[in-house]
Amino acid sequence: MTFSSPLDVERIRKDFPVLERVLPDGSPLVYLDSANTSQKPRQVIEAIADYYGQHNANVARAMHMLGQESTELFEGARDKIAAFIGAPSREEVVFTKNSSEALNLVANVLAWADQPHGLRPGDEVVITEMEHHSNIVPWQMVTQRTGATLRWLTVDDEGRLDLSQLDSIINERTKVVSLVHVSNALGTLNPVELVAERAHQVGALVVVDASQSVPQLPVDVSRLGADFVAFTGHKMCGPTGIGVLWGRYDLLASLPPFLGGGEMIEVVEMTGSTYAAPPHRFEAGTPPIAQAVGLGAAVDYLSAVGMDVVAAHEHAITAYALERLAEVDGVRVVGPSTAQQRGGAISLVVEGVHPHDVSQVLDSRGVAVRAGHHCARPVCQRFGVAATTRASFYLYTAPQEVDALIDGLHEVRRFFGVAS
Amino acid sequence: MNLDSLYEEIILDHYRHPHHKGLRDPFDAEVHHVNPTCGDEVTLRVRVGGSNGQGVIEDVSYDTLGCAISQASVSVMADLVMGKPLDEATKAYDEFLSLMQSKGQLEPDEGVLEDAVAFAGVSKFPARIKCALLGWMAWKDATARALAARETPRTNEETA
Ligand SMILES: Cc1ncc(COP(=O)(O)O)c(C=O)c1O
Repeated sequence: MTFSSPLDVERIRKDFPVLERVLPDGSPLVYLDSANTSQKPRQVIEAIADYYGQHNANVARAMHMLGQESTELFEGARDKIAAFIGAPSREEVVFTKNSSEALNLVANVLAWADQPHGLRPGDEVVITEMEHHSNIVPWQMVTQRTGATLRWLTVDDEGRLDLSQLDSIINERTKVVSLVHVSNALGTLNPVELVAERAHQVGALVVVDASQSVPQLPVDVSRLGADFVAFTGHKMCGPTGIGVLWGRYDLLASLPPFLGGGEMIEVVEMTGSTYAAPPHRFEAGTPPIAQAVGLGAAVDYLSAVGMDVVAAHEHAITAYALERLAEVDGVRVVGPSTAQQRGGAISLVVEGVHPHDVSQVLDSRGVAVRAGHHCARPVCQRFGVAATTRASFYLYTAPQEVDALIDGLHEVRRFFGVAS
Repeated sequence: MNLDSLYEEIILDHYRHPHHKGLRDPFDAEVHHVNPTCGDEVTLRVRVGGSNGQGVIEDVSYDTLGCAISQASVSVMADLVMGKPLDEATKAYDEFLSLMQSKGQLEPDEGVLEDAVAFAGVSKFPARIKCALLGWMAWKDATARALAARETPRTNEETA
């Protein structure tokens, strides 16, 4: 089996200190859980240390030298991220603490909004069966609260969206369509442009959960067809505690705030307050400053490698893993079986062995994967499994690590006596 | 981590050949517990017999969906508590809970725990403790409900 990637993986791996960890018995760590959270390159770790070591101050409200430096670094990170995702304006980039907060933010402010966007009884919100709980629960909460109805686009046996019902599920009652770009549970890459086109025909807004796609693919928000895009820093070489909501400026400017507090206001009177313009309207309180700086460094790192190269590597390693998994008896992939229109998260079932036990045996060999429902319980139920084992890759994943996974799966079958 | 210290032979035996599995009548209480992090589930029924103040666990039956540790644990637990007076069963529960919280530091009391001593190694795997406890927690809950139901006189005793 051949493997060919445009990326010099061995050189990339040297940037990630944690990848040098070895097990007590001296064998290497094989980290195949990047869809859960990615590892961090030295450049990001150093940017955060440098921020705290040299520049730390609160932003926007400190007039002194350090305050100016930290504000420049924080707002500079916003510029970098805007450029990274092709945002027409830096004011469209709202910092949140993660994707979950970004999605809760949109769901709530849309529910509260005046017409035409506010959610009212009789309105419909459409999501899909393959969403992460972060793109399900907030919509359940706001539809229950407002009396709107939640509707679902279903998934076919290959793990692709069933588009045959697109025109009936998305109709003139639809106010919002919110869908995942790349599924964390199945790996599926969804045709967002197509769904967005239908949504816009009926005047609905489109929210895209890009938590898995912005890390892996070149994403240009100006061409995606979305009105809002959410993603999270820790899955793209950045730190935890920082996420992004991108939104079209005219929309953001028409929406009410989410949380109230410092820095999101214009004038506060005892009788009421007026609010700052976006993005600050949606950033109450001291923001995650060091985390934004770290995410800025992550975006610099990924841009220097080139997102097209990152995507090509992800594709190559995914294709290689799918081919090699097909060799193992009793292993079934849940999700698209080829690397076409697919991201690098592979959910699998080892017949006769629970995912917990699969991952325990793999862990004893230094192979880190995730076992569970991946915060996507509805799609697990759709495929009749309570849980799966998921291997996921990133720019530092080497083909030998896929080989270690395959060897580990053979051992799983031997250990639990399911190998014939 | 050494796999054999987790998957003791007794555990693998119970996992492959679970005891008392399958939901049975009659029962006094039925509960459904899940492990939200991994989706493991157990439905468990308890039948409490005995007379005033001297409850006896007459039957435990269950259905599970889960890993080797959770399946084996509920099987071993059913073996252990069935036929026992309530206070002895509760003592076994307390002992098992302490064992799971012991981080491998406790020498389990084999007189109380019998086959369940095999789970001592699980306490060194923090991610798996919840798996081992799932069935026990369900039993504790179901038994409490069964006892509460006894306080109020039974009407449809045999059809429950
Ligand atoms: C598709 C998808 N959406 C949302 C999230 C939530 O991200 P976070 O936990 O950083 O809010 C994740 C991460 O698990 C994800 O994979």
